[in-house]
Amino acid sequence: MSSTTRSSRANGAAAATDRTSTGSNGSRAAGTTAATAKSRTLFVPGNEACAEGALYAGLGFFAGYPITPSSEIAEIMSRRLPERGDRFIQMEDEIASLCAIVGASLTGSKVMTATSGPGFSLMQEALGYGIMAEIPLVIVDVMRGGPSTGMPTQGSQGDINQIRWGTHGDHSIIALTASTNQALFETTVRAFNLAETYRTPVVVLYDELLGHLREKLTIPEPGELPLVERLRTGVPEGVDYHPYLIREDGRLPMSDFGGVHRYNVTGLYHDMWGFPSTDPRTVDELAHHIYDKIELRADELAQAREFYMEDAEIVFISYGSPARTARQVVHQARINGQRLGLLELETIWPFPARMVRDACRNARSTIVVEMNMGQMYYHIRNAVENPRSVFLSNRVDGRFITPKDIRRVLRIVEGQGE
Amino acid sequence: MSEPRRPVSYYLRERFMPHLWCAGCGHGTVLNGLVRSVDELGLKKREIVMVSGIGCSARMAGYLDFHTLHTLHGRALAFATGVKLSRPELKIICPLGDGDALAIGGNHFIHAARRNIDITVLILNNRIYGMTGGQYSPLSGCGIDATTAPYSTIEDAFDPVKLAVAAGATFVARTTTFHVHQLQQILTQAIRHNGFSVVEVLSQCPTHFGRKNGGLEAVDMLKAFKQDTAPIGSKRLETAPDLTPVGVFVDEDRTEYCERYQSVIDRAQGAVADRAVAAEHAGAEPDRAVAAAGKGAVT
Repeated sequence: MSSTTRSSRANGAAAATDRTSTGSNGSRAAGTTAATAKSRTLFVPGNEACAEGALYAGLGFFAGYPITPSSEIAEIMSRRLPERGDRFIQMEDEIASLCAIVGASLTGSKVMTATSGPGFSLMQEALGYGIMAEIPLVIVDVMRGGPSTGMPTQGSQGDINQIRWGTHGDHSIIALTASTNQALFETTVRAFNLAETYRTPVVVLYDELLGHLREKLTIPEPGELPLVERLRTGVPEGVDYHPYLIREDGRLPMSDFGGVHRYNVTGLYHDMWGFPSTDPRTVDELAHHIYDKIELRADELAQAREFYMEDAEIVFISYGSPARTARQVVHQARINGQRLGLLELETIWPFPARMVRDACRNARSTIVVEMNMGQMYYHIRNAVENPRSVFLSNRVDGRFITPKDIRRVLRIVEGQGE
Repeated sequence: MSEPRRPVSYYLRERFMPHLWCAGCGHGTVLNGLVRSVDELGLKKREIVMVSGIGCSARMAGYLDFHTLHTLHGRALAFATGVKLSRPELKIICPLGDGDALAIGGNHFIHAARRNIDITVLILNNRIYGMTGGQYSPLSGCGIDATTAPYSTIEDAFDPVKLAVAAGATFVARTTTFHVHQLQQILTQAIRHNGFSVVEVLSQCPTHFGRKNGGLEAVDMLKAFKQDTAPIGSKRLETAPDLTPVGVFVDEDRTEYCERYQSVIDRAQGAVADRAVAAEHAGAEPDRAVAAAGKGAVT
């Protein structure tokens, strides 16, 4: 699989390069599906694009609790899953929703839940369980204004850090995002693939604006996007199966509940049988395993789209719907001869530090565009060689970031006054 | 009671013994009764998933050679719901403690009961939080000494039987670790029951409850289970209504949740077929003919 795709429009000073960078294991560039005979083209909101991505990936079980602005995903699943003979359940709260999909995942299903910030806060407990017990699952977080009930119907990117740091104990997590419905569809498919590959919860996060933004979505024909199916053990019946014995390639083949192998699953530190252990060596190995299996693959998992980055003197870094605005500003600036570039992150966690550092190396300034108080900004400052060259262009009032907002910060950064 | 067809050890993970329960604890008696009833029912070990929460009761899962899922405090029934709905052919058994069932887990308990999903719940009621060192629980009741009630408790206890009945459980029973034969019989009925079944088992905790409340030993507590209980409908209970009734309170037939969900699948798939037929008449592709069949056809 090619790790980089390029598409150039030679147009003098405004030569645009939309380059998508992916890690070597990543699925292909997001947002590149072309219409074919067997593909379907729809005009749908982002939540529906996400739901379609999950169905394409082979979702077999969904549990959820309604919350604005994610409820449409549960509504779609309640209709579509039983049509395929698969299962949907509305649980009593978000805590129960995440617990239920952990249970269903252990029977061999691909599973998902969808929520927003307040629901994600409640899920932190079971998220930690999913990480510790190494359960493949996908959690969609459609971000709204917070803290607390905040602004249910307005966009925000305030959950970036709660996704990474919210559950207690040392751990790592994979979180992906997108800025268009097409990319969101493919990001959701990728989330399922990574969950199965690494036996871990994967978060798909995007903001309310994208969740409710209608635009074109082309659903690729079956087989066009690669799908990762569950790795199951080849150990025959009657032979001791070790559910938590890490293979040389770092993977742990699973055995479905109801199958021939019976084993224990626990949120306690555990040995290769899944039985509780406080043996220092066993604990140390597991602590490193659940952390390293993601953090040591940060470069491989990093995925982003690059716009006009080759000769950019000022680099924007953005993700989700603010990246749409940043893209507009960069395009416009190129027409005016300004050397602006955009790095649009599609992998949020593990933090793509090397990708960010490389992107900013030759830039005079870096401007982070996001809808929060700088949740990615601080991580980006830590990653680059010159933290003092990094600035923030943000909004936290629930309104979409406009080109004017970004240009105002650009003028200040360039010493041109407000 | 039939003779066991297999030794109890067949169902145990002896590799993980010795267990962590204190000497005199009643939980081992419950495990024994459970294994005997599984044996009596002739269930295969691979057909059973035991889902537990956190606490002394929850450790039962580790010692049994079923598919075992040791989860979060209070959340066992939420995990169990996911397992059961995903694989309805599996038998689900959840041993829960006071907190798992009715404190932190109270909401999951009433909703699982309301759905009548085929899960067997054992509430191992020892009226104390044992694992954390003897704090009072929602089943302690008033006037009990605990490490968080140095001046005695002022809260009344839940009646788990009444709560389960009110929430919609279709099999509800109570027994004790003294009544070992009844324990096995009731567990057999509960596991066989197709629906949400709740068995409250009064179990002794000499280490924390007994020590704090008059220095009761395990034997004293077992004797009390004998003296302070009476079978439902017995003369003894009639003359002494303050005794705790034991036996089967509810055993009712109501369509089980996963069976109802199958009817959802049937309706949904019927609607898909209807749309395909309507599309054929309209000359359109099946999946674009939602409007032709009417969106409401799905529900």
